[in-house]
Amino acid sequence: MVLAEQVHKHFGKLEVLKGIDLQVERGQVCCLLGPSGSGKSTFLRCINHLERVTAGRLSVDGELVGYREQGEKLYELRETETAAKRAEIGMVFQRFNLFPHMTALGNVVEAPIRVRRQPREQAVARGRALLDRVGLADKVDAYPAQLSGGQQQRVAIARALAMDPKLMLFDEPTSALDPELVGEVLDVMRDLASDGMTMVVVTHEMGFAREVADEVVFIDGGVVVESGPPAQVIDDPVMKRTRDFLRKVR
Amino acid sequence: MTAPEPLVAVPVRHWGRWVSGALVIASLVALVNAFAHADVRWSTTKHFLTVDTIVSGAGRTLLISVLAQALGIVIGVVVAVMRQSGNPVTGAVAWLYVWFFRGTPVLLQLLIWYNLALVFPTILGHSTNDLMTPFLAALLGLGINEGAYMAEIVRAGLASVDEGQSEAAQSLGMTRGLMLRRIVLPQAMRVIIPPTGNEFINMLKTSSLAFTIQYAELLRAATSIYTSNLQVIELLFTVAVWYLLLTSVFSVFQYYLERRFSRGASRELTPTPLQRLRANLTKAPRL
Repeated sequence: MVLAEQVHKHFGKLEVLKGIDLQVERGQVCCLLGPSGSGKSTFLRCINHLERVTAGRLSVDGELVGYREQGEKLYELRETETAAKRAEIGMVFQRFNLFPHMTALGNVVEAPIRVRRQPREQAVARGRALLDRVGLADKVDAYPAQLSGGQQQRVAIARALAMDPKLMLFDEPTSALDPELVGEVLDVMRDLASDGMTMVVVTHEMGFAREVADEVVFIDGGVVVESGPPAQVIDDPVMKRTRDFLRKVR
Repeated sequence: MTAPEPLVAVPVRHWGRWVSGALVIASLVALVNAFAHADVRWSTTKHFLTVDTIVSGAGRTLLISVLAQALGIVIGVVVAVMRQSGNPVTGAVAWLYVWFFRGTPVLLQLLIWYNLALVFPTILGHSTNDLMTPFLAALLGLGINEGAYMAEIVRAGLASVDEGQSEAAQSLGMTRGLMLRRIVLPQAMRVIIPPTGNEFINMLKTSSLAFTIQYAELLRAATSIYTSNLQVIELLFTVAVWYLLLTSVFSVFQYYLERRFSRGASRELTPTPLQRLRANLTKAPRL
Protein backbone atom coordinates (compact mmCIF):
# COMPACT_ATOMS: atom_id res chain seq x y z
CA MET A 1 0.00 0.00 0.00
CA VAL A 2 2.79 2.43 0.90
CA LEU A 3 6.19 2.06 -0.70
CA ALA A 4 9.06 4.43 0.08
CA GLU A 5 12.44 4.19 -1.64
CA GLN A 6 15.23 6.48 -0.52
CA VAL A 7 12.83 9.30 0.37
CA HIS A 8 14.67 12.55 1.10
CA LYS A 9 13.23 15.80 2.40
CA HIS A 10 14.98 18.99 3.24
CA PHE A 11 13.69 22.35 4.40
CA GLY A 12 16.19 24.81 2.99
CA LYS A 13 19.56 23.59 4.26
CA LEU A 14 18.06 21.40 6.96
CA GLU A 15 17.92 17.78 5.86
CA VAL A 16 15.12 16.06 7.74
CA LEU A 17 14.78 12.79 5.83
CA LYS A 18 17.98 11.22 4.55
CA GLY A 19 16.73 8.25 2.59
CA ILE A 20 13.80 6.40 4.11
CA ASP A 21 13.02 2.92 2.79
CA LEU A 22 9.78 1.44 3.98
CA GLN A 23 6.96 -0.80 2.86
CA VAL A 24 3.48 -1.20 4.32
CA GLU A 25 1.24 -3.97 2.96
CA ARG A 26 -2.51 -3.71 2.66
CA GLY A 27 -4.22 -4.40 5.99
CA GLN A 28 -1.02 -3.94 7.96
CA VAL A 29 -0.39 -1.63 10.89
CA CYS A 30 2.99 0.06 10.82
CA CYS A 31 4.18 2.04 13.85
CA LEU A 32 6.89 4.65 13.44
CA LEU A 33 8.93 5.18 16.58
CA GLY A 34 11.76 7.59 17.22
CA PRO A 35 12.94 10.59 19.19
CA SER A 36 11.38 13.98 18.48
CA GLY A 37 12.94 15.66 15.47
CA SER A 38 13.84 12.32 13.93
CA GLY A 39 11.66 13.00 10.88
CA LYS A 40 8.90 10.48 11.49
CA SER A 41 6.09 13.07 11.40
CA THR A 42 7.59 14.70 8.32
CA PHE A 43 7.63 11.33 6.58
CA LEU A 44 4.00 10.74 7.52
CA ARG A 45 3.06 14.14 6.07
CA CYS A 46 4.88 13.27 2.85
CA ILE A 47 2.58 10.28 2.36
CA ASN A 48 -0.44 12.54 1.68
CA HIS A 49 1.66 15.27 0.10
CA LEU A 50 1.27 17.82 2.88
CA GLU A 51 5.05 17.94 2.46
CA ARG A 52 6.74 17.58 -0.90
CA VAL A 53 9.38 14.89 -1.20
CA THR A 54 12.73 16.33 -2.31
CA ALA A 55 14.24 13.14 -3.73
CA GLY A 56 13.45 9.45 -3.91
CA ARG A 57 10.18 7.73 -4.71
CA LEU A 58 7.11 7.49 -2.56
CA SER A 59 3.98 5.76 -3.78
CA VAL A 60 0.60 4.87 -2.36
CA ASP A 61 -1.34 1.97 -3.87
CA GLY A 62 1.11 1.83 -6.76
CA GLU A 63 0.76 5.50 -7.69
CA LEU A 64 3.43 8.13 -7.07
CA VAL A 65 2.52 10.75 -4.48
CA GLY A 66 2.16 14.24 -5.97
CA TYR A 67 3.47 13.34 -9.43
CA ARG A 68 2.53 11.48 -12.59
CA GLU A 69 5.16 9.54 -14.46
CA GLN A 70 5.03 9.54 -18.23
CA GLY A 71 7.94 7.98 -20.02
CA GLU A 72 11.03 9.16 -18.22
CA LYS A 73 9.50 12.41 -17.05
CA LEU A 74 7.68 13.40 -13.87
CA TYR A 75 4.75 15.79 -14.11
CA GLU A 76 3.53 17.63 -11.05
CA LEU A 77 -0.12 16.87 -10.31
CA ARG A 78 -2.73 19.61 -10.48
CA GLU A 79 -4.29 20.76 -7.23
CA THR A 80 -7.56 18.93 -7.94
CA GLU A 81 -5.69 15.69 -8.68
CA THR A 82 -3.71 15.91 -5.44
CA ALA A 83 -6.93 16.68 -3.55
CA ALA A 84 -8.64 13.63 -5.04
CA LYS A 85 -5.77 11.43 -3.88
CA ARG A 86 -5.75 12.94 -0.40
CA ALA A 87 -9.47 12.21 -0.12
CA GLU A 88 -8.60 8.50 -0.13
CA ILE A 89 -6.11 8.83 2.73
CA GLY A 90 -7.38 9.62 6.21
CA MET A 91 -5.22 11.65 8.57
CA VAL A 92 -5.46 12.18 12.31
CA PHE A 93 -3.42 14.96 13.87
CA GLN A 94 -1.74 15.39 17.21
CA ARG A 95 -3.79 18.51 17.92
CA PHE A 96 -7.07 17.07 16.52
CA ASN A 97 -7.67 20.05 14.17
CA LEU A 98 -11.43 19.72 14.33
CA PHE A 99 -13.34 22.54 12.67
CA PRO A 100 -14.39 24.60 15.71
CA HIS A 101 -17.35 26.29 13.99
CA MET A 102 -19.08 22.99 13.24
CA THR A 103 -20.67 20.41 15.52
CA ALA A 104 -19.20 16.91 15.85
CA LEU A 105 -21.62 15.67 13.21
CA GLY A 106 -20.92 18.73 11.04
CA ASN A 107 -17.21 17.90 11.14
CA VAL A 108 -17.87 14.32 10.09
CA VAL A 109 -20.28 15.01 7.22
CA GLU A 110 -18.51 18.07 5.77
CA ALA A 111 -16.12 16.28 3.41
CA PRO A 112 -18.52 13.50 2.31
CA ILE A 113 -21.07 16.18 1.31
CA ARG A 114 -18.73 18.80 -0.17
CA VAL A 115 -15.94 16.65 -1.60
CA ARG A 116 -17.71 13.36 -2.37
CA ARG A 117 -21.05 15.07 -3.12
CA GLN A 118 -23.01 12.49 -1.16
CA PRO A 119 -26.67 13.31 -0.49
CA ARG A 120 -26.99 14.96 2.92
CA GLU A 121 -29.30 12.31 4.46
CA GLN A 122 -26.93 9.53 3.48
CA ALA A 123 -23.88 11.37 4.86
CA VAL A 124 -25.70 12.22 8.09
CA ALA A 125 -26.82 8.61 8.62
CA ARG A 126 -23.28 7.40 8.02
CA GLY A 127 -21.85 10.17 10.24
CA ARG A 128 -24.13 9.20 13.12
CA ALA A 129 -23.14 5.56 12.73
CA LEU A 130 -19.44 6.49 12.78
CA LEU A 131 -19.82 8.70 15.86
CA ASP A 132 -21.66 5.81 17.48
CA ARG A 133 -18.80 3.50 16.56
CA VAL A 134 -16.26 5.74 18.33
CA GLY A 135 -18.59 5.91 21.35
CA LEU A 136 -19.91 9.44 20.87
CA ALA A 137 -23.52 8.85 19.85
CA ASP A 138 -24.64 11.34 22.51
CA LYS A 139 -22.25 14.08 21.35
CA VAL A 140 -23.36 14.56 17.73
CA ASP A 141 -24.53 18.14 18.32
CA ALA A 142 -21.65 19.21 20.58
CA TYR A 143 -19.09 21.74 19.35
CA PRO A 144 -15.41 20.76 19.66
CA ALA A 145 -14.86 23.27 22.49
CA GLN A 146 -17.46 21.37 24.53
CA LEU A 147 -15.62 18.05 24.17
CA SER A 148 -12.66 16.61 26.06
CA GLY A 149 -9.40 15.98 24.21
CA GLY A 150 -10.11 12.27 23.93
CA GLN A 151 -13.60 12.92 22.59
CA GLN A 152 -12.25 15.43 20.07
CA GLN A 153 -9.69 12.96 18.81
CA ARG A 154 -12.36 10.30 18.42
CA VAL A 155 -14.47 12.74 16.39
CA ALA A 156 -11.37 13.42 14.28
CA ILE A 157 -11.01 9.68 13.63
CA ALA A 158 -14.70 9.43 12.68
CA ARG A 159 -14.23 12.43 10.36
CA ALA A 160 -11.37 10.69 8.57
CA LEU A 161 -13.27 7.38 8.36
CA ALA A 162 -16.28 9.10 6.78
CA MET A 163 -14.30 9.35 3.55
CA ASP A 164 -13.83 5.55 3.45
CA PRO A 165 -10.05 5.88 3.25
CA LYS A 166 -7.92 3.01 2.04
CA LEU A 167 -5.13 4.15 4.35
CA MET A 168 -5.12 5.94 7.70
CA LEU A 169 -2.26 8.09 8.93
CA PHE A 170 -1.98 8.91 12.64
CA ASP A 171 0.42 11.67 13.69
CA GLU A 172 1.03 11.16 17.43
CA PRO A 173 -2.73 10.89 18.04
CA THR A 174 -2.45 10.61 21.83
CA SER A 175 0.46 12.96 22.58
CA ALA A 176 -1.74 15.96 23.37
CA LEU A 177 -4.08 14.01 25.65
CA ASP A 178 -4.28 13.74 29.41
CA PRO A 179 -3.01 10.29 30.47
CA GLU A 180 -6.44 9.01 31.48
CA LEU A 181 -7.88 9.87 28.04
CA VAL A 182 -5.23 8.03 26.02
CA GLY A 183 -6.91 4.67 26.46
CA GLU A 184 -10.22 5.61 24.83
CA VAL A 185 -8.45 6.77 21.65
CA LEU A 186 -6.18 3.72 21.51
CA ASP A 187 -9.25 1.48 21.90
CA VAL A 188 -10.79 3.02 18.79
CA MET A 189 -7.54 2.56 16.86
CA ARG A 190 -7.23 -1.04 18.03
CA ASP A 191 -10.77 -1.66 16.82
CA LEU A 192 -9.88 -0.15 13.44
CA ALA A 193 -6.77 -2.31 13.12
CA SER A 194 -8.69 -5.48 13.88
CA ASP A 195 -11.13 -4.46 11.14
CA GLY A 196 -8.26 -4.69 8.67
CA MET A 197 -7.59 -0.99 8.11
CA THR A 198 -4.14 -0.20 6.74
CA MET A 199 -2.56 2.20 9.22
CA VAL A 200 0.68 4.13 9.60
CA VAL A 201 0.99 5.39 13.16
CA VAL A 202 3.58 7.74 14.60
CA THR A 203 3.42 7.07 18.32
CA HIS A 204 5.21 6.90 21.63
CA GLU A 205 2.78 4.33 23.03
CA MET A 206 4.99 1.24 23.26
CA GLY A 207 2.18 -0.92 24.61
CA PHE A 208 -0.02 -0.09 21.63
CA ALA A 209 2.82 -0.69 19.16
CA ARG A 210 3.73 -4.02 20.69
CA GLU A 211 0.16 -5.23 20.73
CA VAL A 212 -1.24 -3.90 17.44
CA ALA A 213 1.63 -3.29 15.03
CA ASP A 214 2.59 -5.80 12.38
CA GLU A 215 5.75 -3.87 11.74
CA VAL A 216 7.65 -1.37 13.88
CA VAL A 217 10.05 1.08 12.27
CA PHE A 218 12.54 2.94 14.40
CA ILE A 219 13.61 6.21 12.77
CA ASP A 220 16.41 8.44 14.03
CA GLY A 221 18.27 11.25 12.31
CA GLY A 222 16.17 10.94 9.15
CA VAL A 223 17.00 7.30 8.45
CA VAL A 224 15.43 3.95 9.34
CA VAL A 225 17.66 2.51 12.05
CA GLU A 226 15.83 -0.73 12.55
CA SER A 227 12.57 -2.33 11.51
CA GLY A 228 10.73 -5.56 11.98
CA PRO A 229 7.98 -7.15 14.04
CA PRO A 230 7.44 -5.52 17.46
CA ALA A 231 8.73 -8.58 19.32
CA GLN A 232 12.06 -8.01 17.62
CA VAL A 233 12.39 -4.19 17.47
CA ILE A 234 10.83 -3.31 20.82
CA ASP A 235 11.71 -6.31 22.94
CA ASP A 236 15.01 -7.39 21.46
CA PRO A 237 16.53 -4.51 19.46
CA VAL A 238 19.81 -5.11 17.68
CA MET A 239 20.98 -1.52 17.25
CA LYS A 240 22.42 0.49 20.14
CA ARG A 241 20.46 3.64 19.14
CA THR A 242 17.19 1.74 19.37
CA ARG A 243 18.10 0.32 22.77
CA ASP A 244 19.07 3.78 24.09
CA PHE A 245 15.80 5.29 22.90
CA LEU A 246 13.61 2.53 24.27
CA ARG A 247 15.34 2.73 27.64
CA LYS A 248 14.41 6.44 27.88
CA VAL A 249 10.81 5.92 26.80
CA ARG A 250 10.12 3.18 29.32
CA MET B 1 -20.63 20.04 60.66
CA THR B 2 -22.59 23.21 60.00
CA ALA B 3 -21.43 25.80 57.49
CA PRO B 4 -19.50 28.65 59.12
CA GLU B 5 -21.16 32.05 59.58
CA PRO B 6 -20.90 34.26 56.48
CA LEU B 7 -18.17 36.88 56.85
CA VAL B 8 -19.28 40.40 57.63
CA ALA B 9 -16.80 43.05 56.57
CA VAL B 10 -16.94 46.75 55.76
CA PRO B 11 -16.21 47.00 52.02
CA VAL B 12 -13.38 49.24 50.82
CA ARG B 13 -14.69 52.80 50.33
CA HIS B 14 -13.88 54.33 46.97
CA TRP B 15 -13.96 58.02 47.85
CA GLY B 16 -12.19 58.93 44.62
CA ARG B 17 -15.07 57.54 42.55
CA TRP B 18 -17.64 59.62 44.41
CA VAL B 19 -15.62 62.81 44.06
CA SER B 20 -14.78 62.32 40.36
CA GLY B 21 -18.38 61.28 39.65
CA ALA B 22 -19.68 64.44 41.24
CA LEU B 23 -17.20 66.53 39.24
CA VAL B 24 -18.27 64.91 35.97
CA ILE B 25 -21.97 65.49 36.72
CA ALA B 26 -21.31 69.09 37.66
CA SER B 27 -19.42 69.75 34.42
CA LEU B 28 -22.17 68.08 32.39
CA VAL B 29 -24.81 70.26 34.00
CA ALA B 30 -22.70 73.35 33.28
CA LEU B 31 -22.23 72.28 29.65
CA VAL B 32 -25.92 71.55 29.07
CA ASN B 33 -26.82 74.82 30.77
CA ALA B 34 -24.39 76.73 28.54
CA PHE B 35 -25.84 75.25 25.38
CA ALA B 36 -29.43 75.69 26.55
CA HIS B 37 -28.89 79.43 27.02
CA ALA B 38 -26.67 79.84 23.96
CA ASP B 39 -27.83 81.42 20.73
CA VAL B 40 -29.27 78.20 19.31
CA ARG B 41 -32.95 77.75 18.49
CA TRP B 42 -33.33 74.14 19.63
CA SER B 43 -36.91 74.03 18.43
CA THR B 44 -35.57 74.54 14.90
CA THR B 45 -33.07 71.71 15.34
CA LYS B 46 -35.86 69.46 16.52
CA HIS B 47 -38.23 70.56 13.79
CA PHE B 48 -35.80 69.74 11.00
CA LEU B 49 -35.08 66.24 12.35
CA THR B 50 -38.23 65.00 10.64
CA VAL B 51 -38.32 67.27 7.60
CA ASP B 52 -38.49 65.29 4.34
CA THR B 53 -35.27 66.64 2.85
CA ILE B 54 -33.27 65.69 5.93
CA VAL B 55 -34.89 62.28 6.31
CA SER B 56 -34.31 61.36 2.70
CA GLY B 57 -30.76 62.71 3.05
CA ALA B 58 -30.23 60.35 5.98
CA GLY B 59 -31.71 57.57 3.87
CA ARG B 60 -29.20 58.29 1.11
CA THR B 61 -26.35 58.37 3.63
CA LEU B 62 -27.42 54.94 4.84
CA LEU B 63 -27.89 53.66 1.29
CA ILE B 64 -24.51 54.82 -0.05
CA SER B 65 -22.76 53.60 3.12
CA VAL B 66 -24.27 50.12 2.95
CA LEU B 67 -23.59 49.77 -0.78
CA ALA B 68 -20.07 51.18 -0.62
CA GLN B 69 -19.23 49.01 2.39
CA ALA B 70 -20.61 45.93 0.62
CA LEU B 71 -18.52 46.76 -2.44
CA GLY B 72 -15.51 47.26 -0.17
CA ILE B 73 -16.02 43.89 1.54
CA VAL B 74 -16.31 42.04 -1.77
CA ILE B 75 -13.20 43.75 -3.14
CA GLY B 76 -11.39 43.22 0.15
CA VAL B 77 -12.02 39.46 0.21
CA VAL B 78 -11.02 39.06 -3.43
CA VAL B 79 -7.86 41.15 -3.03
CA ALA B 80 -6.85 39.40 0.21
CA VAL B 81 -7.26 36.00 -1.44
CA MET B 82 -5.34 37.23 -4.50
CA ARG B 83 -2.52 38.32 -2.24
CA GLN B 84 -2.41 34.93 -0.54
CA SER B 85 -2.73 32.87 -3.70
CA GLY B 86 0.96 32.39 -4.39
CA ASN B 87 0.35 33.47 -7.98
CA PRO B 88 2.87 36.30 -8.57
CA VAL B 89 0.65 38.12 -11.08
CA THR B 90 -2.45 38.36 -8.88
CA GLY B 91 -0.25 39.06 -5.89
CA ALA B 92 1.37 42.05 -7.60
CA VAL B 93 -1.98 43.39 -8.85
CA ALA B 94 -3.40 43.18 -5.33
CA TRP B 95 -0.39 44.92 -3.86
CA LEU B 96 -0.58 47.72 -6.45
CA TYR B 97 -4.28 48.23 -5.75
CA VAL B 98 -3.78 48.57 -2.02
CA TRP B 99 -0.77 50.82 -2.56
CA PHE B 100 -2.69 53.28 -4.74
CA PHE B 101 -6.06 53.48 -3.02
CA ARG B 102 -4.69 53.50 0.50
CA GLY B 103 -2.06 56.02 -0.49
CA THR B 104 -4.36 58.79 -1.74
CA PRO B 105 -7.07 60.74 0.13
CA VAL B 106 -10.60 59.48 -0.40
CA LEU B 107 -11.83 63.03 -1.07
CA LEU B 108 -9.37 63.24 -3.95
CA GLN B 109 -10.57 59.88 -5.27
CA LEU B 110 -14.20 61.07 -5.13
CA LEU B 111 -13.31 64.19 -7.11
CA ILE B 112 -11.40 62.17 -9.70
CA TRP B 113 -14.29 59.72 -10.22
CA TYR B 114 -16.73 62.60 -10.52
CA ASN B 115 -14.53 64.37 -13.05
CA LEU B 116 -13.69 61.23 -15.00
CA ALA B 117 -15.19 62.84 -18.09
CA LEU B 118 -12.15 65.12 -18.26
CA VAL B 119 -9.99 62.01 -18.76
CA PHE B 120 -12.33 59.83 -20.80
CA PRO B 121 -15.05 61.95 -22.45
CA THR B 122 -16.87 58.81 -23.59
CA ILE B 123 -17.01 55.27 -22.27
CA LEU B 124 -18.14 52.59 -24.75
CA GLY B 125 -19.86 55.25 -26.84
CA HIS B 126 -21.75 56.84 -23.96
CA SER B 127 -21.01 60.25 -22.55
CA THR B 128 -19.06 59.84 -19.33
CA ASN B 129 -20.81 62.84 -17.85
CA ASP B 130 -24.17 61.10 -18.24
CA LEU B 131 -22.89 57.83 -16.81
CA MET B 132 -20.99 59.22 -13.86
CA THR B 133 -23.86 60.45 -11.72
CA PRO B 134 -23.05 61.76 -8.23
CA PHE B 135 -24.43 58.47 -6.88
CA LEU B 136 -22.17 56.30 -9.02
CA ALA B 137 -19.12 58.46 -8.39
CA ALA B 138 -19.75 58.32 -4.64
CA LEU B 139 -20.29 54.55 -4.73
CA LEU B 140 -17.13 53.88 -6.72
CA GLY B 141 -15.03 56.40 -4.81
CA LEU B 142 -16.05 55.23 -1.34
CA GLY B 143 -16.34 51.52 -2.17
CA ILE B 144 -13.09 51.08 -4.04
CA ASN B 145 -11.20 53.07 -1.42
CA GLU B 146 -12.80 50.94 1.29
CA GLY B 147 -11.75 47.77 -0.51
CA ALA B 148 -8.10 48.61 0.10
CA TYR B 149 -8.66 48.77 3.85
CA MET B 150 -10.91 45.71 3.90
CA ALA B 151 -8.24 43.75 2.03
CA GLU B 152 -5.83 44.30 4.89
CA ILE B 153 -8.47 43.38 7.48
CA VAL B 154 -9.42 40.20 5.63
CA ARG B 155 -5.76 39.29 5.20
CA ALA B 156 -5.21 39.58 8.96
CA GLY B 157 -8.32 37.44 9.50
CA LEU B 158 -7.15 34.70 7.14
CA ALA B 159 -3.72 34.69 8.78
CA SER B 160 -5.32 34.30 12.21
CA VAL B 161 -6.76 30.87 11.40
CA ASP B 162 -4.59 28.03 12.69
CA GLU B 163 -2.56 26.24 10.04
CA GLY B 164 -3.83 22.92 11.36
CA GLN B 165 -7.26 23.85 10.00
CA SER B 166 -6.08 24.04 6.40
CA GLU B 167 -4.03 20.87 6.85
CA ALA B 168 -7.09 19.03 8.14
CA ALA B 169 -9.18 20.40 5.26
CA GLN B 170 -6.55 19.43 2.70
CA SER B 171 -6.16 15.95 4.13
CA LEU B 172 -9.92 15.47 3.64
CA GLY B 173 -9.44 16.16 -0.06
CA MET B 174 -10.69 19.75 -0.14
CA THR B 175 -9.45 22.07 -2.86
CA ARG B 176 -8.20 25.55 -1.94
CA GLY B 177 -11.45 27.24 -2.92
CA LEU B 178 -13.65 24.88 -0.93
CA MET B 179 -11.33 25.08 2.06
CA LEU B 180 -11.39 28.87 1.97
CA ARG B 181 -15.17 29.03 1.70
CA ARG B 182 -16.12 26.38 4.23
CA ILE B 183 -13.28 26.25 6.74
CA VAL B 184 -10.98 29.26 6.74
CA LEU B 185 -13.25 32.23 5.97
CA PRO B 186 -15.97 31.31 8.51
CA GLN B 187 -13.30 31.18 11.21
CA ALA B 188 -11.60 34.33 9.96
CA MET B 189 -14.95 36.14 10.27
CA ARG B 190 -14.57 36.29 14.03
CA VAL B 191 -11.43 38.39 13.54
CA ILE B 192 -12.75 40.27 10.49
CA ILE B 193 -16.10 41.44 11.85
CA PRO B 194 -15.13 43.80 14.71
CA PRO B 195 -12.83 45.99 12.57
CA THR B 196 -15.35 45.80 9.72
CA GLY B 197 -17.96 47.22 12.07
CA ASN B 198 -15.59 50.09 12.78
CA GLU B 199 -15.06 50.54 9.07
CA PHE B 200 -18.81 50.77 8.51
CA ILE B 201 -19.24 53.36 11.24
CA ASN B 202 -16.41 55.27 9.60
CA MET B 203 -18.15 54.87 6.27
CA LEU B 204 -21.40 56.33 7.62
CA LYS B 205 -19.46 59.47 8.48
CA THR B 206 -16.98 59.50 5.58
CA SER B 207 -19.88 59.32 3.14
CA SER B 208 -20.52 62.97 4.08
CA LEU B 209 -17.56 63.80 1.82
CA ALA B 210 -19.83 62.91 -1.09
CA PHE B 211 -21.54 66.25 -0.54
CA THR B 212 -18.64 67.84 -2.45
CA ILE B 213 -19.69 65.95 -5.59
CA GLN B 214 -23.35 66.93 -5.38
CA TYR B 215 -24.63 63.69 -3.90
CA ALA B 216 -27.71 64.63 -1.84
CA GLU B 217 -26.81 62.80 1.36
CA LEU B 218 -27.46 64.03 4.89
CA LEU B 219 -24.92 66.83 5.09
CA ARG B 220 -25.77 68.11 1.62
CA ALA B 221 -29.47 68.13 2.57
CA ALA B 222 -28.68 70.27 5.59
CA THR B 223 -26.43 72.71 3.73
CA SER B 224 -29.03 73.12 1.00
CA ILE B 225 -31.56 74.15 3.65
CA TYR B 226 -29.36 76.47 5.68
CA THR B 227 -28.07 78.36 2.64
CA SER B 228 -31.63 79.58 2.21
CA ASN B 229 -32.89 79.92 5.81
CA LEU B 230 -29.50 80.77 7.39
CA GLN B 231 -30.17 78.59 10.46
CA VAL B 232 -26.69 77.15 10.10
CA ILE B 233 -25.85 75.85 13.56
CA GLU B 234 -29.37 74.53 14.18
CA LEU B 235 -29.20 72.37 11.05
CA LEU B 236 -25.67 71.18 11.79
CA PHE B 237 -26.94 69.95 15.16
CA THR B 238 -29.83 68.22 13.38
CA VAL B 239 -27.27 66.41 11.25
CA ALA B 240 -25.21 65.49 14.32
CA VAL B 241 -28.27 63.91 15.95
CA TRP B 242 -28.97 61.90 12.81
CA TYR B 243 -25.40 60.61 12.55
CA LEU B 244 -25.42 59.61 16.23
CA LEU B 245 -28.71 57.82 15.70
CA LEU B 246 -27.39 55.89 12.70
CA THR B 247 -24.11 54.88 14.38
CA SER B 248 -25.87 53.92 17.64
CA VAL B 249 -28.40 51.68 15.92
CA PHE B 250 -25.61 50.02 14.00
CA SER B 251 -23.55 49.45 17.16
CA VAL B 252 -26.36 47.33 18.60
CA PHE B 253 -26.61 45.38 15.35
CA GLN B 254 -22.84 44.85 15.40
CA TYR B 255 -22.99 43.41 18.92
CA TYR B 256 -25.37 40.67 17.83
CA LEU B 257 -23.43 40.00 14.66
CA GLU B 258 -20.19 39.44 16.60
CA ARG B 259 -22.01 37.18 19.00
CA ARG B 260 -23.32 35.08 16.14
CA PHE B 261 -19.85 34.54 14.73
CA SER B 262 -18.22 33.68 18.04
CA ARG B 263 -20.00 30.32 17.88
CA GLY B 264 -17.57 27.51 18.63
CA ALA B 265 -14.90 29.91 19.88
CA SER B 266 -16.02 29.58 23.46
CA ARG B 267 -18.02 26.96 25.29
CA GLU B 268 -21.04 29.13 25.85
CA LEU B 269 -22.36 32.20 24.12
CA THR B 270 -22.18 35.29 26.30
CA PRO B 271 -25.70 36.38 27.29
CA THR B 272 -27.15 39.35 25.46
CA PRO B 273 -27.81 42.49 27.54
CA LEU B 274 -31.54 41.63 27.49
CA GLN B 275 -30.91 38.10 28.73
CA ARG B 276 -28.62 39.45 31.42
CA LEU B 277 -31.28 41.94 32.51
CA ARG B 278 -33.93 39.22 32.68
CA ALA B 279 -31.59 36.97 34.66
CA ASN B 280 -30.88 39.78 37.10
CA LEU B 281 -34.55 40.51 37.56
CA THR B 282 -35.65 36.93 38.14
CA LYS B 283 -32.66 35.88 40.22
CA ALA B 284 -33.00 36.10 43.97
CA PRO B 285 -30.99 39.08 45.26
CA ARG B 286 -27.56 38.11 46.54
CA LEU B 287 -27.00 38.76 50.21
